[in-house]
Formats: sequence, C-alpha cells, structure tokens
Amino acid sequence: MRLRPRIRTTSALAGVAALTLLTGCGAADMTKQASPYANAQGARTVTLSVQSWVGAQANVAVAQYLLEHELGYRVDTVQVDEVPAWDALSQGRVDAILEDWGHPEQEQRYVQDKKTIAPGGDLGVTGHIGWFVPTYFAKKHPDVTNWKNLNKYADLLRTAESGGKGQLLDGSPSYVTNDKALVKNLDLDYQVVFAGSEAAQITQMQQFAKERKPFLSYWYTPQWLMEKVPMTEVKLPPYEEGCDADPEKVACAYPVTPLQKYLNAGFAKDGGKAAEFLKRFTWTTEDQNQVSLMIAQQKMRPEEAAKKWVDGHESVWKKWLP
Amino acid sequence: MATITATARKPAPPGILTHRAVRKLLILALAAAVLAPIAATQWPGATWPTALTVDVSEPLGKASDWIIDNRDTHPLFLYFFGHVSNIVVIAVRAVYLALLAVGWAGVTAIGALVAWRVAGVRLAAGTAAAFLACGLLGMWVPTMQTLALMVVAVLASVAVGALLGLAAGLSDRMDRVLRPVLDTMQVLPAFAYLLPVVLVFGIGVPAAVLATVVYAAPPMARLTSLGLRGADREVLEAVESLGTTARQRLLTARIPLARKELLLGVNQTIMMALSMAVIASVIGAGGLGDRVYQALASVDVGAALAAGIPIVLLAVVLDRVTGAAGERLGESGKSPVTWLYALVVAAAVALAGRLAGFLDWPDGWDLNIAEPVNRAVDWMTAHLYSGVPVVGGTADWAAHFTSWVLNPLREGLQWLPWWSVLLIVAALAWLIGTWRTALTAVLAMAAIGVLGVWNPSLDTLSQVLAAVAVTLVVGFATGIAAARSDRFERLLRPVLDVFQTMPQFVYLIPVVALFGVGRAPAVAAAVVYALPAVVRITAQGLRQVDPAAMESARSLGATSGQQLRQVQLPLARPALLLAANQGVVLVLAVVIIGGLVGGGALGYQVVFGLAQGDLATGLVAGAAIVCLGLMLDRVTQPTERRTTKKGA
Repeated sequence: MRLRPRIRTTSALAGVAALTLLTGCGAADMTKQASPYANAQGARTVTLSVQSWVGAQANVAVAQYLLEHELGYRVDTVQVDEVPAWDALSQGRVDAILEDWGHPEQEQRYVQDKKTIAPGGDLGVTGHIGWFVPTYFAKKHPDVTNWKNLNKYADLLRTAESGGKGQLLDGSPSYVTNDKALVKNLDLDYQVVFAGSEAAQITQMQQFAKERKPFLSYWYTPQWLMEKVPMTEVKLPPYEEGCDADPEKVACAYPVTPLQKYLNAGFAKDGGKAAEFLKRFTWTTEDQNQVSLMIAQQKMRPEEAAKKWVDGHESVWKKWLP
Repeated sequence: MATITATARKPAPPGILTHRAVRKLLILALAAAVLAPIAATQWPGATWPTALTVDVSEPLGKASDWIIDNRDTHPLFLYFFGHVSNIVVIAVRAVYLALLAVGWAGVTAIGALVAWRVAGVRLAAGTAAAFLACGLLGMWVPTMQTLALMVVAVLASVAVGALLGLAAGLSDRMDRVLRPVLDTMQVLPAFAYLLPVVLVFGIGVPAAVLATVVYAAPPMARLTSLGLRGADREVLEAVESLGTTARQRLLTARIPLARKELLLGVNQTIMMALSMAVIASVIGAGGLGDRVYQALASVDVGAALAAGIPIVLLAVVLDRVTGAAGERLGESGKSPVTWLYALVVAAAVALAGRLAGFLDWPDGWDLNIAEPVNRAVDWMTAHLYSGVPVVGGTADWAAHFTSWVLNPLREGLQWLPWWSVLLIVAALAWLIGTWRTALTAVLAMAAIGVLGVWNPSLDTLSQVLAAVAVTLVVGFATGIAAARSDRFERLLRPVLDVFQTMPQFVYLIPVVALFGVGRAPAVAAAVVYALPAVVRITAQGLRQVDPAAMESARSLGATSGQQLRQVQLPLARPALLLAANQGVVLVLAVVIIGGLVGGGALGYQVVFGLAQGDLATGLVAGAAIVCLGLMLDRVTQPTERRTTKKGA
C-alpha cells in the first residue's frame, strides 16, 4: 500500500516534467521558417519564387540582379508552381511572387481572410491566354483563325496521341485552362493533349515549326516563343464578365489579365528597401520579352541576361530604387 | 551499385509444379464461373462500376483546408511538426554553413582524404576530381546545398532504417508487422507522396528531407534486419556460452557481424537519397535538383546537364567509397594514427584555403558546357526527328509505337471487363507467388477501382507494360552480352552508372525533342532509367550460374548458344525474375514522371495535384500509383525473394 502513492506522485511528476519540457520548448511557428540556405554569409536575403515559364524567370532575374548589385541583398530563388507558391508566400518560405495570372480563390483565402499576403501592385505586363496556330499555317488557311472553322482542320491536326481527332496541345498542369470544357461546349472534334510541362510543349511546338507542320495550341502572351515561331490567335466566342464562372459550362475566350505581384504580408511591412523595391518594380511587355529571349533563345544565364538588360535600361529601373 | 545475390531456387520437379499451377488455375476458374456472371449482370460494362466507388474528394478537400487553416495555430503543428521542421532546417543549415566555412579547397581536401583512408589512393584522386568538376561546372554552391541536404537526409534515413531494422531483426513479430510496411514503402514512386508532405510542411527543405527519409530508409531497415538475422549461429552460441546478456550479445557480436550488411544499407540509402534530391526539387528543395528543374523550364538541356553531372559524380563517388569501405571492413592494420594525420592535413588545407581566400569558388574558373551540349542536342534532334532515309525518323517511330503498341494495349485493357482484370491479376500473382501475394495484388487493383480512377490507371498500366516489354528485351540482350564478355561489361559499367544516377529530368527534354509530346517519350525515358538495373541483375545472375553445370554442358559438346539457352538461362531464372520485378518498379516510377512530357493518366494527375495544390486529385492519383505499384510488384515477385533494393 505504501508503494502506490509514490508511483502516483512519480508519474504525476513525470507528466508535469514532460509538459514543462514541451511548453519550455515553446511553440514552433510554422509560418516563420526561412530556407536553411538564407543569410548564409551574413547578407540580408530575399527569397523569390520562380514559376516555370520564362517570363517569370525574366522578372526574377532582373529583380535579383538589381537587389544584389544595387541594394546589397542576397537573393535565393525557389522554383515552384503558382498555387503552391501562394501557400509558400503565406508561410514566409518565399517573400514574393512577381507574376501572378489571377487566382481568385487563393486571393480570397490569403489576402482577404488570413491577411498573410499583401498585394504588391501591377507588374506592368498584361497577360492573355488563347488558342494559337502558327502564322505560316494561318496564312495558308486564313479561315482557321475562327473557332467555327476549326472542325474542318481536325484531320490536318491529327497526331498519334490525339487518336482520331485533331490535337489541341495544352501545357503545364499549373496553368489556368478551360480547354476541355471549351472543346466539349463548342462541339469541336478535338482532343486536348496535355504536354505536362511548358518545356515539353515548347519543344514540341519548335519541332512542328521546324517542319512547318500545322498545330493548334493553348498559348499565351507575352511569351518569347512568339518571336521565334510567329503565331496567330484563333478567335473564340468573346469573353464577357462572368462567362467563365462555371468551369463546366465555359464557352468563351480567356480574359485579358494585368499581371500582379504579391508579397508576404510580414515582408511587405518590414522588408525595408527590398520590399519597397519589389513594390515599385514595373516594366513593359517588350522589356520582359527582351530578357526572356536572351534566356530561352540565346541560352544566356539569367544573371547575364539581366545584366545586359539592366545596362541598357537605366532610366527604367532607376525609378524602382527606394 | 549494390550487388544483388538472388538466392538459388531449389529446382522443383516440373510435374508437381505444373500440377500445382493447374490446381490454382482450376480453383480460380471455379471462382470466376460463380462470381463473374453475377458481376457481369449486376454491373454491366467494362469499366469499374460507379456503384462500387467511393468519392473521397470532398473529405480530402476538407482535410486540406483544415490543414491550411490550422497550420499556424493547432498544437499538433505548433508542438510537433513545427519542431520537426525546425530541427531539419537547423541541421541542414549547420552542415551547409560548415561546408561554406571550410571552403572549396577544404571540402575537396577533406573528401579526398576520407576517400583515401577508407578506399585507397585511386578513389581519393577520383573524389578530388569530382569535387573540382562540380566547381568547374559553376555548380559549387548548389552542390554544397545538395550535400548539406543529403548529409541530414541520409543520417536521418540511416537512423530510422537502423531502428526499424533492429526491431525487425530482433523480434519475429515486429518482422512480420514491418515487412509489408517496408514492401509498400519501397514500391511507392516518390512522386506520389510529395503532395501530402508539402501540405503539412510547406514547400522547402523540411518537406524534401522527410520525403527523402520515407524513400531511402527501407533498404537500410531491410539490410539491418537481414544482417542481424544472418549472424553466424555458432559464433552467437559461443558468445552466449560466455554468459553475456542479451544487450552485450547484440553490441559485441550481432551488430559487428552484420557490419557488411549495415554498410551496404548505408550505401543504398545514399543512392536513393541522391535520386530523390532531384525529384524533391519539385517541392522547392533547392540545390542541384532545383538547377536541373529550372533549366528544364527554359528548355535548356545543356544547363540541366551541367547541374545533373555533379549529381552523377556525387553518386558515383559516394557509391564507390562506401562500397570500398564495405569490402575493406575485414582488413586489419588500420591505426587510428593515420586517421589523425589525415585529419590534420585536411584541417591544414582548409585553413590554408581560408587564409588564401579560397572560400568561394573563383568566378573565372567556369567551364561552359551548356552551349556545346545544346548544339549537340539540336543537331541530333534536327537530324533524327524525321526524314532519315529508309528507317524514318524518331518522330515516326514514336507515332507508330503510339498507334501500334500503346493505343491497342490501352484500349485492350480498358475494353476488358473490370472483373476479368481482377481475375487475370489474381491468376498471375498466384502462379508466381502464394495466395497471400495474389490477395494483396487483387485488393490493390480493386482499391484503384474504388478510388474511381480505373481508366487512367489502366492507361498508366498500358504504358508500364509497353515500357517493361522493351526494357526486358533490350536489358536481357545486353545483360547476356555483358555476361559473356568481360570487356563489354567493363565498357558498359560507366554508361550504366550514368544512366542510373543521371536525374530523369535531364533527359525529359531530349526525349520530347526526339519523340514528340505524348506517351511515347514517357515510355522512352522509363526504358532508359530501368535498363541499367535489368542489365546488371541479368549479367550477374548469368555469371553466377554454377561453373560445374557449365563445364558439364561444354563437355557434352553444347554450342555456346545451347549452353545459354539450356543451362545458363534456366539456372539464372530467379535472377531474371528479379530483374523483371525491378524493371517493373523502376519503369512505374518514371512513367509517372512522364506526366511532365505528355504521358497523361495518373502521372499527369499527380503533377496536376502538386501544381494546383489539389489534394483530392493528387492524392487519389498517388494512392492509385501506389496500388498499381503493389499489384505489379506482387505479380512479378518470386516467392523466395528476400532482399531487393529499389534502384539497385
């Protein structure tokens, strides 16, 4: 009988000890964890997210170059798709997204409700998604540029992958697309083939262009490939506000999107010069395309391309510096 | 890579074998005769009946929302995941800062000296050259990031694996419990479970390290358990007779006796962790993998290769050094003094490097390989893509392969009534294994149906089957050639090393450039990746055929072709089966990544889930892949298989 209370006290003590140990360790804030590679050599670090398309790389390359050479920051880049990038942004894993194509759900969740992400203003570039055919093909068959005539050309656009139908080449799964619904609702004799990544899609389009074969592809502007493989847009039923509200019933074109920047809320407030700089960063489609072409077509390293652009456009970026 | 010793199968008299097989088939036929008509009338149509599916997208969506909303406040995250994540970040950071502090000269010197002590002069020179090459390629900093991540991930995997292995090695009950768990962990294609890890930990290093541990711990656990169980009975008895306690026996006899297996386990863990380094770049792990992935985005094969080569070099060096360490284990005569000298020298070099300012890799010392590589790739694709006289171009082959092989295969599989697919799976798994393996396989396949991804899964399956067929034909042929010619094997070895360790992402663009977008490039990439393992296992199996049997065949005047067909191949059957099994598992892993080049089906859904943060799509597809992997593994798994290693 004498043993029992002692056991109880020891176990109670152990429990208390465990609890104090736990609380002593304190809460680990999952929202404030930077990369282990950040600030490695004592420099202030900014972490930028890069999306898989080259335009996004161009933004980041120029921002990185200026942050490093004009403002003395160290810049880490993380390659991540848009939606996970929003998540990473809210957790502070990255400090900024420089080019967002419109994600109303994420905006509602993180900007409006949780307030962990702050808008960073316009990038200055306007994005547009659409269906494109190569211009050499459009010149030969001018009426292909209207969706109403697309079924006539399904045979020409057939590939092994699309089975008996015409192929509509789609790209990365991270892109905003209604193409499957569009094909169905517009009654088109086409099969959407997902290239799975923009790299695969570009490679395929370049191969087609090399042989001057016709193709029909989901594509967007601004995009450097346009300079290399000129493309003409196929007219879809015009976009009206709200016509894409129900993803199942979409039967209209894609909207024109002024691309946005977003910053982590904490960073936007306390990020000092870097945050100020990123908020002021705006440039034009032509500027972005110049850098993109250097990266993707001339295979320059992003930092070299950025340097070349920066050297020639002082008047543009001087305004961004805080 | 690691040696795989297939246990020789006791040749059963053919009469009994066929008898048993016939009986199994009869039982199945009977079951089918009863159940199939019911199934066919109850749920007509070929695809899995919707009545038997469970829609998990709503609960999964809710779970995903819950995690996102509670990640910053719930105690589970604050007091557990948060700390786990912090510890990982701190550990990786510590290693990374240490590597940076030592500088490139110091890291190279330490690497070389360690290699010298454990593996000899030649490997020391190789190690130094490999490190310098990483610097020359302009990849010093990413290499150090990857190395830091690897050190932590490998240590964690080894610790976790060793603990599990210890449990399984010492307790039969734990062994029974753990075996299916480890089996499952090994057939999981890594791509499939990135999404849940990301959801909990967010993108970045902690998620990457944890995903790596899941992937890399099983071989360690398996080999630890194997080593403990394989300890020499007589030695153990002798130790026991000395009156030692169980713990003493473990520490002084069983673990030391299992050293070889333990080291092999470490070796395997390192290899798998490295192969994960690139896949983890999809979730923002940084380092070399990230460079490969970013280069892929700008369609720059040269730059991807420049980041891929350091990974290959790291893999080869680490493999050879740990392998040599394993072989030298028994040797005595290593005094700790030489280690001390080595350490002093390394410290001196590091210090000298520091004082001389050799910390960061010098800017001018870069070798630009991207340009020539890109030119070569451009030339190749320009000349091979189409219009090659007589044979046609690669694009034509791909189109033919798609329309003549992949399409009929897919349509055939999707045309088969769902219950007949289950029956076929059951029959195959039962014929090669036990009723347990058959049951697992059938349940796995049924789970796919229940999850509501029957058709995409069969699409993926058709790609796997086509790729495995090509891999086995080419792999067996090459393996036979390698087994018969030492010279050929020597020439082949580095090629296989490169194929096996080169990140798959590097050759995704070339395969698209050659074969166009679609399932064909996915199959091509899978074949390239799975081939080395099949070739290696085949060659080794053939070489291990009892020399006496070969001798007697030769003395009977058998031609070399007859020897091969009638002696070597039948005797090497277990090895060939193992090769097929490994081929299937590896092919599946890459066919999934093929989602990035137009492979569609489950792979695309996983990529989609990751890209859109869509847990329902991604996780269901991931689970289906796991089930598919389990099913394929069971269907091709010889009963006697004891140890296999993914990526072996």
